[in-house]
Amino acid sequence: MRMVVKGNGAVAHAVRLSRAQVVSAYPITPQTSIIEEIATMVAKGQLDARFIKVESEHSALAGCISASSAGARAFTATSAQGLALMHELIHWAAGARLPIVLANVNRAMAPGWSIWTDQNDSLSQRDTGWMQIYCESSQEVVDSVIQAFKVSERVLLPTMVVLDAFFLSHTFEDVEMPEQEVVDSFLPPLELPHKMDLAHPAALGNLVFPDRYMEFRRKMDLAHDLALGVWDEVGREWGQLTGRTYRIVEEYRMDGAELVLVTAATAGSTARPVVDQLREAGVPVGLVRLRVFRPFPASILRSLLGGRAKVLVLDRNCSFGHHGIFHQEVKSALYDLPQAEQPRVCGVIAGLGGRDITPDDLEEMLTGVWKDRITDPVTWWDVLSAQDPAKAALAMS
Amino acid sequence: MAIDTTSYDPRNLHLPDGEILSSGHLACPGCGAALGMRLALKALGPNTMVVIPACCWAVINGPYPFQALSVPVLQVAFETAAISASGIRAALDAQGQKDINVVAWAGDGGTFDIGFQSLSGAVERNDDIIYFCYDNEAYMNTGIQRSSATPYGAWTTTTPVETPKAEPKKNMVEIMVEHRIPYTATASIAFPEDFVRKVEKAKGIPGAKFIHLWISCPAGHKSEERNSVKIARLAVETGVFPLYEVEYGTRYTINHEPAFTDVNAYLELQGRFRHLTEEHVEAMRRNLRWEWERLRAKVEMGRKLSLPPTGVRGAVDEGERTSR
Repeated sequence: MRMVVKGNGAVAHAVRLSRAQVVSAYPITPQTSIIEEIATMVAKGQLDARFIKVESEHSALAGCISASSAGARAFTATSAQGLALMHELIHWAAGARLPIVLANVNRAMAPGWSIWTDQNDSLSQRDTGWMQIYCESSQEVVDSVIQAFKVSERVLLPTMVVLDAFFLSHTFEDVEMPEQEVVDSFLPPLELPHKMDLAHPAALGNLVFPDRYMEFRRKMDLAHDLALGVWDEVGREWGQLTGRTYRIVEEYRMDGAELVLVTAATAGSTARPVVDQLREAGVPVGLVRLRVFRPFPASILRSLLGGRAKVLVLDRNCSFGHHGIFHQEVKSALYDLPQAEQPRVCGVIAGLGGRDITPDDLEEMLTGVWKDRITDPVTWWDVLSAQDPAKAALAMS
Repeated sequence: MAIDTTSYDPRNLHLPDGEILSSGHLACPGCGAALGMRLALKALGPNTMVVIPACCWAVINGPYPFQALSVPVLQVAFETAAISASGIRAALDAQGQKDINVVAWAGDGGTFDIGFQSLSGAVERNDDIIYFCYDNEAYMNTGIQRSSATPYGAWTTTTPVETPKAEPKKNMVEIMVEHRIPYTATASIAFPEDFVRKVEKAKGIPGAKFIHLWISCPAGHKSEERNSVKIARLAVETGVFPLYEVEYGTRYTINHEPAFTDVNAYLELQGRFRHLTEEHVEAMRRNLRWEWERLRAKVEMGRKLSLPPTGVRGAVDEGERTSR
C-alpha cells in the first residue's frame, strides 16, 4: 500500500507491522512523533502492544531490557540527550544479548541546545555492542526497522536504526508500506532462547568473575562478525519479498570512479545528483553510502575503495581531537590494503547542529579534492571562526 | 534495658513450608536481607519472578553460573528496579501469562536514592508489581556509606563520628502513601508472621504495592550476628520503626503496638551509635514522640476519611470495595 509518511511515521508503521509487544518510551524532540503515533496505534487497537509511558529515557530502555528478558519483542525511540541518558543501559542491552530495536533520530548534543541533526549522539554509542544502521529515506526506514528485528533476533544483539532529524524525521515522502502478511512471513514471533522462564529458573545478569567475563564479550564480538552476513542475507530476502533489496553498503556510479565520496544517511540523497553532474563534467566520481555501520563492513569497503585514487569521507560528526568518526573508521579499514592500492583519504566535517549540506557544498568539496585544492587530512566545512586556530581554541564565543 | 525474647520461640511460628532460598547463598552471617528474602519467597511461592538491582542481594544470590533462588531472577542496573519489574509485567501481559508475581527487591540506596525516580514512575502508573525495599539504612554493599535512609546520629564511612548524620531518615513509606497506591506496608524480619501476612495480602491486590522491610546488618550496624533479630525487634518495640500498613493512601492500621522500650536498648547493641551523647539520645526520644504523634493522627484521620472514589485510575474498584 502506498502511503505518504514522515520518517518518524515510517518508524511507527514499521513497529506496528513488526508486531512489537512492549514499547517503553519517553518523549524528546525530534523523536516524539514516533511514540505519539505508536501510542495512537495501541489506543486504537491497531498494535497489540503494552506501552509503558515511563518517566525518563533511562527507564525507557530499562523497561525494554526487562520486557525483552521476559520474552517480548521490545521497541523504544529517542534522540541525543535521551540516548546519552540511556548510555549505561545501552551497554546493558547488548551485554544481555537482547534483540531490542531502538530508533534514534540523530540530533546534536547540548550545550548549546540544538534540536537539529548531527551524528555525535549515535556515534558516541559506537563501542557498546549495538548494531547501527543509518537510513536515507522513509522507505529505507520502514524496511530497515523490520529487517532490524529479524537480524537482532537471529544474532541476539540490539539494533539502533538511525535517521536524521527533520531532513528525514519530519519530511513527508511516498512510501510503499508492506502488507502485514508479507511482514509476518518474513518475521516470525520472537523465541528468545534465554528468556525468563518459571519452568527453568535461572539468574540473568549476575556476578561474573574474571575467569568467565571475557568469554561473554568474545561471544558478543563473534555475533557481530556473524551479523554482517545476516544483514546481507536478510536484505536480499526482503528484496525477494518486496522487490527492494538492501545492501550493507550502497554504491552509486562506482564504475571507473577514481574519486569516491563516502558518507551516510540523507547526505547520500544530496550527493547522487551531484555525482551525476560531475560525471557529466568529466570528473570520475562515485558514491559509497554506509548503511550498516556496526558491524563495520571493513572488507566490503576495502574491495570498493581499494585501487581508487582518492576518497573523500563526509562526516556529520566529529571525534574531537581526531577526525570525523566515519573518516577514521574508513581510513583504518584501508590501511590493510597493499600500499599501491591505498587511496588518498581526505575528511570533511560538515553539517553539525543541523547546518545544511547543499549540493553546491558537495560539488565544491569533490572538485576541491579532485583538483588538489583540498589536501588536508581534515577540513571543517563552512566554519566562520577559527582564522587563528590557537586564539579560537581558547575563545568562548 | 533488654526485652524478654523467650516468648518469641521460633518453633511456635506459623509460616509457609516451601523454601525457595537454598543454602549456599553468599550473605554474611546474621544478614537480615537473607532472612527477609527467605520469608518473602515463602509467601510469594514459586510462581514468582524477581528483579534485583545493584545491592547486597546482587552478590548474595551467587555468581554465574549459580544462584541461590529457585525462581527466575533478573539482575538489573542500580536505578532500574521498579521499571524492570514493570517491563516484565508488560511482557507477561503481552504473552498472556497470568498469575505470576513480579517482584522488585532493592536496598535502601536503590529505593530512597538512585532508584527513586523509576520507583515513583512505576507506582504513579500503578503497575502491577510488588516492590520490596530491604532497608539496612546505608550503602552496605559498597562498604557502609550514608544513604537518605540512614537515621539521625548514625556513623557511616561518609558520616564519620566527628560529623555523624545530622538529618533524619527520609520517610519513604509516606512518599509511597502519597502516590495513593493500593497498598503500602512496613515489615520486620523480627515479626515474620506479620511480614508473611502482608506479602500474601499484597499478592492479592492488583496494582502497585510497596513493602518496606527493616533488616539488620551486623557488618554495617557494627552489631553482633546473634543479635540481628533482637535488634530488628527492638527497632519496632522502641518505636523507631513502626509496623503499619496503609490502603489507598488513606486507611492506616498499626499492626503492632510497641512496648516503647527506651531507645537506648536499641542503640546500645549497635556500634554505629556508640559515639552518641545523652543529648543526641534525648533528641531522638523527642523526635520519636513527634513521629508517633503524626502517625497516630494519620490513623485517626484515615478512620474519618472514605476510600478514594471509583472512576479514577488507581482508585478502589467496585468489586474490591464491596469485598472489604
